[in-house]
Amino acid sequence: MSETASRIMKIVTKKRYKNKYHWTDYFSYFYLFLGVLLMFGPVVWLGLSSLKTLAGIQEYPPTILPLSQIQVNVEGYDKPLPIFNVTQEDGSVKQLAQIKRIGINAKMVDPLNPGETVKVPIDKREKIREFKIQWENYVDPLRKYDFLLYFKNSTFITVVATIITLIINSMAAYALSIYEFRGKNFALVFVIGTLLIPLTIILVPVFYVVANFGMINSLWGVILPGAATPTGVFLLRQYMLTLPRELIEAARMDHASEWAIYWRVVLPLSIPAIAVLAIFSIMWRWNDFLWPLIVLSKSEVYTLQIGLNAFHGELTSQWNYVLSMTMVTLLPIAIIFAYLQKFITTGIASTGMK
Amino acid sequence: MENIRNQIKIFFLRILNIPFAFLMHAIDLIMWPIQKIVGVRNMPYIFLLPNLIFFGLFVIVPLIANFFFSLSSGDELLFAERELPTTKQYDQLFDCESYLNPNTCTEDFFWRGVYNTLFFVVFQVGLMIFFSVLTAVILNKKIIGRGFFRSVFFFPVLLSPVVVGLIWQWILLKNGAFNAIIESYGGDKVSFLTDPSWAMASVIFVSIWAHMGFYTLIVLAGLQAIPPNLYEAAEMDGTSRERIFFRITLPLLMPNLLVVFILASIKGVQTFDEIYVLTGGGPGTSTSLIVQYIFTTGFASSGSVQNFGLAAAASMVLGVVLLFLTLMQLYFSRNKESKHQEI
Repeated sequence: MSETASRIMKIVTKKRYKNKYHWTDYFSYFYLFLGVLLMFGPVVWLGLSSLKTLAGIQEYPPTILPLSQIQVNVEGYDKPLPIFNVTQEDGSVKQLAQIKRIGINAKMVDPLNPGETVKVPIDKREKIREFKIQWENYVDPLRKYDFLLYFKNSTFITVVATIITLIINSMAAYALSIYEFRGKNFALVFVIGTLLIPLTIILVPVFYVVANFGMINSLWGVILPGAATPTGVFLLRQYMLTLPRELIEAARMDHASEWAIYWRVVLPLSIPAIAVLAIFSIMWRWNDFLWPLIVLSKSEVYTLQIGLNAFHGELTSQWNYVLSMTMVTLLPIAIIFAYLQKFITTGIASTGMK
Repeated sequence: MENIRNQIKIFFLRILNIPFAFLMHAIDLIMWPIQKIVGVRNMPYIFLLPNLIFFGLFVIVPLIANFFFSLSSGDELLFAERELPTTKQYDQLFDCESYLNPNTCTEDFFWRGVYNTLFFVVFQVGLMIFFSVLTAVILNKKIIGRGFFRSVFFFPVLLSPVVVGLIWQWILLKNGAFNAIIESYGGDKVSFLTDPSWAMASVIFVSIWAHMGFYTLIVLAGLQAIPPNLYEAAEMDGTSRERIFFRITLPLLMPNLLVVFILASIKGVQTFDEIYVLTGGGPGTSTSLIVQYIFTTGFASSGSVQNFGLAAAASMVLGVVLLFLTLMQLYFSRNKESKHQEI
C-alpha cells in the first residue's frame, strides 16, 4: 500500500528539470563568474592600485595589494634605496640595499656597513615588501593641482542643471498632461522631434548660439543647452497622466492659482517620476564630456572629467595621481548607484533611455 | 528606532522643502498676475514656454543654422563674416577619385572616419547584442544571487567615458595588468592601443564593456515580457532546453532585438568620448570615427584654422545616416506595437 502511495507521489511530484543539472546551468555559473571578474575586476583593480606608490603601480608584473618595497636611507647616498633579501653563497640570507642594476647583476650595499659595495646576481635577491597605503595619491592632487576646483565646477553644473531641468521639464509635462488646449499635439510632436536630433549633428551651430550669448568658457554654456530634455518631459508626462483629475478640480474649486496647483498638488504626487529624472540628470551632467570639452577651454572652468583628461594628457607618467582622481570621479556615481540601483534599473528598463 | 529614523528623515525633508517652497512662492508672485491677464485657458502655453524656448534656441535654431554653416565658408563664426552660399564644403568632402579608397580623397581623414565607423558599428553592435542576449538569458534563469550579478553587469554603464577610457588605457598598457595575465599564461605581450592592427579591436572591446549592461537590461525586460505559460506548456511536452530557446525565446524576442539593434547602431555611429580618451583616434587614424573628425576639424585643429563649415557639412552627412536609422526604428517599433495588439 505504502509502496503504491510513494510511487504515485513520485509521479505527481516529478518535474523534468528540478534537481537535475543541465549543461546550461554549469555554463551559466561559469559565465557569471567570468563576467564578475571582467566587469567588476577593473574597477576593484583601479581602487587597489590607486593606493600604491608610483613605483608600485609601474611594477611589472604587478602585485594585487598595495605592497610596496621598503626603502632605507643609507649614508652617502642621496636617494632612499630599496632593500632586498639576498641569498649568500653559503645559503644564509642577508638584507642589502640596491644602488643600481647593471644587466643581470645588481650593485648593492649593506645598510649597516655603507662603505663597501657588492655585486649580486639579480636572481639571488628578493624584494622585501610591506603593506603601505599611499594616501598622498589622494591628498596631493587636491592640494598641488586644481582638482578641488574641478570638483566644485562639476558639482555646480550638476546641481544647477538638474534643478533647472526638473523645473522646466515638469512645467512642460504638467501642461501636456493636465490641460486640453489648441496646439497640444503639435507641441507633443515637437518634443518628440527634438529627441531625434542628437547633439553630435549640431555641434557647430550650438557652439555658435552659445558664443552669441557670450557663454564660451562659462559654466552656464554647459548648463543651458541641455537643460530641456525630451526624455524628461515624456517620463514626467506619462506619470502625471495617471494622477486623478478630481484633485485638480478640487484645488481649482478652492481658488488655487494654476501655479499653486502645479507645485502644491501635482509636483508632490509626481515625486517618484521626478526622482528618476533627477538621478538621470545627475548622471548625464556628472559624466558629460563632449560638450564641456568644446565649451570649456580655460582650466579654471574645467569640470572633473575635462580636468582629469587634460591632466592625464599633460603628465602621462603620473599614473598614481590619475588613478586616484579617476577614483574620485567615479565615486559619487558609484555611491548613488549602490543606494538606488533598483530605482535606476527599473527607470531605464521602463523608459529605454539612459 | 524605526520611528526615530523616520522622524529624522521627515525633519530633513522639511528643511530641504524650505528653499523649494520659498522659490515656488516667489514664482507665484509673477505667475498670479500673468494668470489674471491671459486667463486660465492660456496658462498651459505659459507652462510650456520655458521648455520650448530652450528647445528652440539649442535644437531648432542650430538645426537650421547647420544648413547655412555647411553652405558657407570662411574662418569666422559669425554669419556676417562668412561667404554664403557656396557648396565648397561638400565639394571638398566628396572630392574623391574612388570612394572606396580613402587615400584618393582630399579629405582622407573624413573617409577613413566613415570606414572606421562602419567597421566599428558592425562589430561593436553585433558582438554587443550577442553578449547582451546571452547575459540576459542567463540572468533570467533562476540563479543564486541574481540581483548581485545583474548590478555587476550593469555597473559600467554609469561610469563616465573619461573614467572608462583611463581605466582601460592603464590596464591595456604594454606593462599593464592585461599583458601580465597573458604572459603568465605563456603568451606574448601585445601593444593593445599603439599597434594599429590591435587598436580597433581594443576600442571595440572597451566600448562593449562599457555599454553592454544597458542593452542587457532592455533585453531582460523583453524576456520577462514573454508569457510564462508558453514555457510551462513546452515543459509539459518535454521540450529540450535548446529547442525552447530557439523556438520560443528567440522568435518572441526578435521584435525587441530589432529595436535594440537600431538603438545600438544610432549610439554606435555617434561614438566619440571613450575612444577620444583611450586612443585619441590613433595610432594614426586607425580608430578615429566620424564624430572625431567633426570635433577635430571644427574645434580642435591645433595650429591650423578651425573649419566650422567643413565640420557642419560632415555633421549633415552624419545627420542623414542617423535620420535613416531613426526612421527604421520608428517603423519597426510601430510594427512591434501592432503585433502586440494582435496577440
